Amino acid sequence: MKSTKFTPYTKLSKTETDRKWWEIGDFFRRNSLWLLMYCTGCCAIELPPAMTSAYDMERLGMGPMATPRQADILLVSGYLSLKTLRRLVYTYEQMSEPKYVVALGSCPINGGIYHDSFAVINQLNQYIPVDVYVAGCMPNTEAVMNGFVDLIGLIKSKKANGWKEYHKNNDWFKENQITALGKVVIDDEFHQ
Amino acid sequence: MDDSYYYLLVIGGSAMIVNVLLGVAIALFAFVLQTGVGGINRKIVGRLQKRHGPRWYQEYIDIFKLLSKRSVSHGWIFDFGVIMALGGIIGTAMFMPLTSSIVAFENYDNFFIFVYLLAVGMLGMAMSASGSGNPWASIGVMRALTTMLAYEVPFMIVVLTIVNLSGTSSISGIQLFQQAAGNNWYLIALPLGGIVGFIALMGMLGKKPFETYIAPAEIASGPMVEYGGKQLGMLFILHEISVFIEVSLFVHLFLGGATSILEFVVKYFAVYTLANLISNVNGRFKIDQVVKFYYKWPLLMAVTQAIVAIYLGWVI
Repeated sequence: MKSTKFTPYTKLSKTETDRKWWEIGDFFRRNSLWLLMYCTGCCAIELPPAMTSAYDMERLGMGPMATPRQADILLVSGYLSLKTLRRLVYTYEQMSEPKYVVALGSCPINGGIYHDSFAVINQLNQYIPVDVYVAGCMPNTEAVMNGFVDLIGLIKSKKANGWKEYHKNNDWFKENQITALGKVVIDDEFHQ
Repeated sequence: MDDSYYYLLVIGGSAMIVNVLLGVAIALFAFVLQTGVGGINRKIVGRLQKRHGPRWYQEYIDIFKLLSKRSVSHGWIFDFGVIMALGGIIGTAMFMPLTSSIVAFENYDNFFIFVYLLAVGMLGMAMSASGSGNPWASIGVMRALTTMLAYEVPFMIVVLTIVNLSGTSSISGIQLFQQAAGNNWYLIALPLGGIVGFIALMGMLGKKPFETYIAPAEIASGPMVEYGGKQLGMLFILHEISVFIEVSLFVHLFLGGATSILEFVVKYFAVYTLANLISNVNGRFKIDQVVKFYYKWPLLMAVTQAIVAIYLGWVI
């Protein structure tokens, strides 16, 4: 009779191995989130208390970074005019994957107090995928910190998949961006 | 061929392998030590600013996270430069004696070897950063090289004084000279030189009055501006190991080296923490201020120290 003392060793399939490595990577990624702060709106005023001694986001391993390439989170704080949206899309596409987007305030959700402005977009997730919204006009600093903790939870449960969606539905996002911004034909020596 | 010759070859080869393994172990120790000390220092800085601060192992998490991310390339010079810089720095760290007796390559721990090999890492990084084509990176590299030009002159004068007094330029030889009975640490024997050495160390580490070439808010972290993901992770490892080399040079040259690893770690931690604390209560110089500063007081003090120590023979 065959012994049942030891469970037999089964070789993991490739997807199974990839999943395990991805989970290990997720542990590091969710404990070290670096922010790129896109501070165009008034919600940016909630970030200094979140960074400094009042709430101290470095406890969670988070911190500000200087350039999009180094950052993990794109933090959109407040309303986005059409001019800044174009720069936001450039910035988002420069970030290295996996990347996450956190949007502060009610303006990226439905336009907020600028809902009828001709120059301001109403829903941010039509142009780039948003992982976490922090509602409020403006949100309290506790709410901002809670949003970051939510993002950490989403990464842990593998639901922060905005950057995958951007690949999958890229045509739809691009179409929305072009509808809002119009096409730009750059005619200089670098783009020939 | 004679048998004994063959055995000699085998013994020589295996001894060489042991040396290389010891060197790799020292480089690995450098990474682990400096990353841990750096993390503890982030905690200390947090307490300095009345914050709780990150976990002490946060630096390890940061580096492994960066290595787990995807990254873009800006051409093969960009990729190759990072690897060349990392290799150069690891190669330099392999020559560094930990204590006066733990030396990977006996008789090759000369001070000038470090001066030459450190340049491989720095130039690799300069090449790679310039290869990204970002103007901030070029400005950062230019500032880094200018800062290097500024702090090396007073530092070299002090180190050459030390070499003159010790009669050897080997790092472990200088350690043994300071540990010998009747001799003081060079920090005490040459007080002005010790101060100059520490100011130069602040410049080497890129600590804050001399942080001009990183300057995150001004030139978007300078040479690192286009790095993300794996390349940035390698750059962080490079940075940790080069900090180890610079701080342990100071420990060995001025603080009498170490007789045991524990003593080395304690001295290392003290020097790095002091530099970090000074850094965190200072603003940032402009690049011309850095050069003017180094060519004024440290240079004057270094020359005074050299004349006093060598020509007048006043050594405590």
